[in-house]
Amino acid sequence: MPGPRAGTTLARSNRRWFWVFVAPFLVGLLVFVYVPLLWSLALSLFDARNTVTPTRFVGLDNYAYLLSDRLFLSSLGTFIVFALFIVPVTFACSLALALLLQRITVLRAFFRSVFFIPTAVSYVIAAMVWRMSFFNGARFGLVNTLLVAVGQQPVNWLGGENDWYWFVLVSLRLWLQVGFYMILFIAGLNQIDPQLYEAAALDGAGAWKRFWYVTFPLLRPTAVAVSMLLLFNAFQAFDEFYNTLNTAGGYPPYARPPLVYLYLITFGGGSQDLGVGSAGTMILTLVILVFSFLQNRLLAIGADK
Amino acid sequence: MKPRRSGQVAAYVAASLLAALFLLPFYIIVRNAFSTQQAIVSPRWRWWPDAVDGSTLASVLGNPNLGIVPALVNSAVVSVAQTALTVVISLMAGYALARWRTRASKVVLGLTVFTLMVPAMVTFIPTFVMVSSLGWISSYRGLVVPVIFSAFATFMFRQGFLDFPRELEEAAAIDGANTWTTFWRIVVPNAMGTVAAVGTITFIGAWNAFLWPLLIAQDPQMRTIQVVLSQFMTSQGTRYPEMFTGALIGIVPALLVFVFLQRWLVQGVEQSGLK
Repeated sequence: MPGPRAGTTLARSNRRWFWVFVAPFLVGLLVFVYVPLLWSLALSLFDARNTVTPTRFVGLDNYAYLLSDRLFLSSLGTFIVFALFIVPVTFACSLALALLLQRITVLRAFFRSVFFIPTAVSYVIAAMVWRMSFFNGARFGLVNTLLVAVGQQPVNWLGGENDWYWFVLVSLRLWLQVGFYMILFIAGLNQIDPQLYEAAALDGAGAWKRFWYVTFPLLRPTAVAVSMLLLFNAFQAFDEFYNTLNTAGGYPPYARPPLVYLYLITFGGGSQDLGVGSAGTMILTLVILVFSFLQNRLLAIGADK
Repeated sequence: MKPRRSGQVAAYVAASLLAALFLLPFYIIVRNAFSTQQAIVSPRWRWWPDAVDGSTLASVLGNPNLGIVPALVNSAVVSVAQTALTVVISLMAGYALARWRTRASKVVLGLTVFTLMVPAMVTFIPTFVMVSSLGWISSYRGLVVPVIFSAFATFMFRQGFLDFPRELEEAAAIDGANTWTTFWRIVVPNAMGTVAAVGTITFIGAWNAFLWPLLIAQDPQMRTIQVVLSQFMTSQGTRYPEMFTGALIGIVPALLVFVFLQRWLVQGVEQSGLK
């Protein structure tokens, strides 16, 4: 053990090293995340159309404009429904895949790779396959071919006079991300002591009881992490919506998640309204914070700690 | 715990069916890339192209109007630079946050974790403004620099370093190595698993990035492969074989990285942060 004096010198040199190691990241984080964040907050209070510098202070007018804008509100509303749907569905599917793999002994690594591999595919390419092949509105689309084969009418999947496009978007997102969350669940499952299952089995607990009383409670930390990540990802949806629905004729008025809506008013050909765009991203951040807070409270119910 | 045989059979049947479903999109890309336009749009579904048509690959790569080759170069430069810089910056920061627990490190950690919750778009508007006033639009700098400070990567490294045995560093310190040397000679070589995991995630994320390159690459010469593929879909006149050949070309690099580093990726996820 070094003496008190040596300890102080060590602490001082450690402090210096801490800043040396952290500085590049911290400076970048401040310059490219926190400064923009505050800038965005400031910009949201200004009229800034077609310009990168705020011109006229308008207070909360941008917020008032957005909150009375039907299109923005409906994009927010529709999207909360999307998040409330996609989070539990992906959660359940990835947990089910992880549990399925637990039952498989031979070829487990092979199946794990197959379920995981879509993680490497971009939303752009997945959107291409979904829009141009699986859910093509024309007769040669795979799903329509199957529908016709069983005597149904082909569906105009992305046509907009119905809500079928949700099916396209949800299935695409499931394919792309379910494998990643499955890996997280597998990691969580592997940390459960097998003796607990043996003890439960000795007590005569069936498969369902073992899952409900052993697996599920012990999986709580993973469950919390997975559902938070899913929620953030749901609210950040842009790529697949944009690429699935944007055509040569432009983006259709329906199925605009908030980010697509804000992209169109901020960077789209028209007004380049950076003030309103910034106000929109602030509202969205607030919604995400509220949802993650609620989700945390919800998941904390019944927690031991 | 031994599941009953019937349960095992059911599990294998379910896994095989799901595996086929998960692989189907990859098959569709390959099938359409090697088919003719007529074969694809024919209402009679074909599992296998009537005649394998390999000419599209050469014509897509050779057509300067499509810009696939420069887009691949751009994507490669951006992804490699972004991955290397992100890994170095986050590796150092993550180590410092795990090793020295002071009030300052708690504040930095708090700033990092909060960033994870902020949608990228929030910072994209002013960052775009900043990048354009720096004159970085349509440049590699503009594509790379704003996105290399990854809260996610730093957090992953920090979690990975939490269990790192201090004895190794102390042994090096006794041998007279300073903190810097110890870090690069002793700590980093022992953390290659996490480096590979974070590097893979960063590379795939960079290769597949869409929104930021879409905003920054205004000069067509600076477009990345994802932006080019996206514009394929919206341009008039749908040429399916060309489009899917483009997708095939665009998917291969990320897939190769993934296949070779998947083991590390899984291990890294299992050991680090998300537990």
